[in-house]
Amino acid sequence: MVDSKHKWKAWLFLSPSLVLLAVFTVWPIINTMIMAFSEGYSQMYALAGKSFQFGLGNFEFVAQYPKFIQYLKTTVLLCVLTVPISTILALLIAVALNSIKPLRKVLQTIYFLPYVTNSIAIGLVFSAMFNVIGNVSATNAQIESYGIINNILMAITGDKWINWINAGSPYWANITVMVIYIVWNALPFKILILLGGLQSVNKQYYDAAKVDGTSKARVLMRITVPLLSPMITYVVITGFMGGFKEYSSIVGIFGADMGPTGNPDAMNTIVGYVYDSLAANQEGLASAAALILFAIILAVTLINLQISKRNTHY
Amino acid sequence: MAKIVTMHERDIEKTSRIQTVRSILGTIMKYAFLLLVAVAVLFPFYWMINSSLKTLAEYKRTVPTFWPEQVMWTNYLAVFESGELGELFGYTLQIGLISTVASLVLTILTAFVFARLEFKGKNVLFAGLLATMMIPGELFTISNYTTVTQLGMITNDSVLIVPFLVSVFYVYLLRQNFMQIPNELYLAAKVDGTSDLKYLWKVMIPLALPTIISITILKMMGAWNSYIWPQLVEPQLGKSLITNGLLRMGFQDASGQTDFPKQMAAVALVSAPLFAVFIFFRKYIMKGVSRSGIKG
Repeated sequence: MVDSKHKWKAWLFLSPSLVLLAVFTVWPIINTMIMAFSEGYSQMYALAGKSFQFGLGNFEFVAQYPKFIQYLKTTVLLCVLTVPISTILALLIAVALNSIKPLRKVLQTIYFLPYVTNSIAIGLVFSAMFNVIGNVSATNAQIESYGIINNILMAITGDKWINWINAGSPYWANITVMVIYIVWNALPFKILILLGGLQSVNKQYYDAAKVDGTSKARVLMRITVPLLSPMITYVVITGFMGGFKEYSSIVGIFGADMGPTGNPDAMNTIVGYVYDSLAANQEGLASAAALILFAIILAVTLINLQISKRNTHY
Repeated sequence: MAKIVTMHERDIEKTSRIQTVRSILGTIMKYAFLLLVAVAVLFPFYWMINSSLKTLAEYKRTVPTFWPEQVMWTNYLAVFESGELGELFGYTLQIGLISTVASLVLTILTAFVFARLEFKGKNVLFAGLLATMMIPGELFTISNYTTVTQLGMITNDSVLIVPFLVSVFYVYLLRQNFMQIPNELYLAAKVDGTSDLKYLWKVMIPLALPTIISITILKMMGAWNSYIWPQLVEPQLGKSLITNGLLRMGFQDASGQTDFPKQMAAVALVSAPLFAVFIFFRKYIMKGVSRSGIKG
């Protein structure tokens, strides 16, 4: 009795959400497929009555487009560097943090701060820290300010400084800056998850290790890491998911040109390509690139799960 | 009588002393490492504030100063001079508030239906919605861009609000929380003749308040930090949110050079509300994040 009265009520409560979800969540999945397989699709022309041929043309174009290959390389490089570095660093920090009492709460709060920032705004701060003011050309350099990072570097090495992000800066320097910023940004989430995992670990294992006189390094590798493996898998997978979608942090450092002055797109990524195509009214190419991105993320996630299945201990 | 110390006891004493020294050294190293990381984490914030209080001339010195010789509080006023930044703040706050309130109403109603009411196909529908969470957001952005263009929404404020009103993830989070509330409470309320909405308002919302607060904060922060979508629709909408504005403003001095101190002052102003919210709602944010893994 109660149930029949509920049916119309349930649908009434649901209807606004369902309409919105249908338009902005379900339709996009179908529509993206349609656009991706309509060769050269552009909404502008579609609205004017033009029809498009069904086929793989968009995928073929994207896969052979040299710039896309370059963006893909940059994206993969950033992922491969930032995910392991931030995961290992976060693991060390979480383990150290878990083993101390005084200052733990304060440090935990400090480490979380980068999470509650605006990645474009703080990107401007990092950009300023790496920025050199003056003429950086190799032959006739006239520098006013080297930037604080170079100042620190020069204090350590004597007189070595690096053109990190300015005109003429090398690719590896750009990548280094991005890795530093992305790791700085990614640590809070990973520390939070790993620390949460550590706090739920059964203390008995550690007591047993203490009785046996096991070394610290061995305890970390043989007890902590295996016990934490579900959380480590989680942060690695979400790390790769985020890494393959890297975009805003690069805009923060290099601006909308996605590269140092005179070398735009040097740091552009897959997502950058998707939005560039969209802004250029090439929805077909944007959709194809987004589907390729989805396929890559899916494949990497499945590989990660497969690896972790062999090594995870629940 | 003299105490006889066996060799064995001496060995134990020696080992335990070595262990004490070792553990003290270990503790010192641990703290050194943790403090070093803390410095690395905090340094950009310090540098932002330090730079924002300098004159441009002092900022450009070859040997940097670690605290401004002349503290320029006026930089913080100067960034409002053109009126643009104030407008951006106001507009972003307005969009953020409207989207948060509307999104909360819809999320609560939807989560309630999926947690409490029964109808045919409920579980299939919910599973289908959950499956969409696997898909990267970029995929939705493309089609939503064509949709808002076609619907004509792109020229008014709703374009920044409506596409993001219902997030499957928040519905899921709240539904899990609602499910933990014992069904007996609901049946008892039914016997007493309490309406569904009254039950929702008087019992479920108060009990799930921590989750609702988490969602509210994450949603507000999302609006404050959003960049990609506002950037896409900006040419037709003619307005932008704070993050886009910050990037566009450029902060150049009379000679066309970037005025870094002013830029840093604006960055500090944009970051300040985020820090304020973090200080007051630290627990809710950290809890919400640890369950979501989704930024902002």
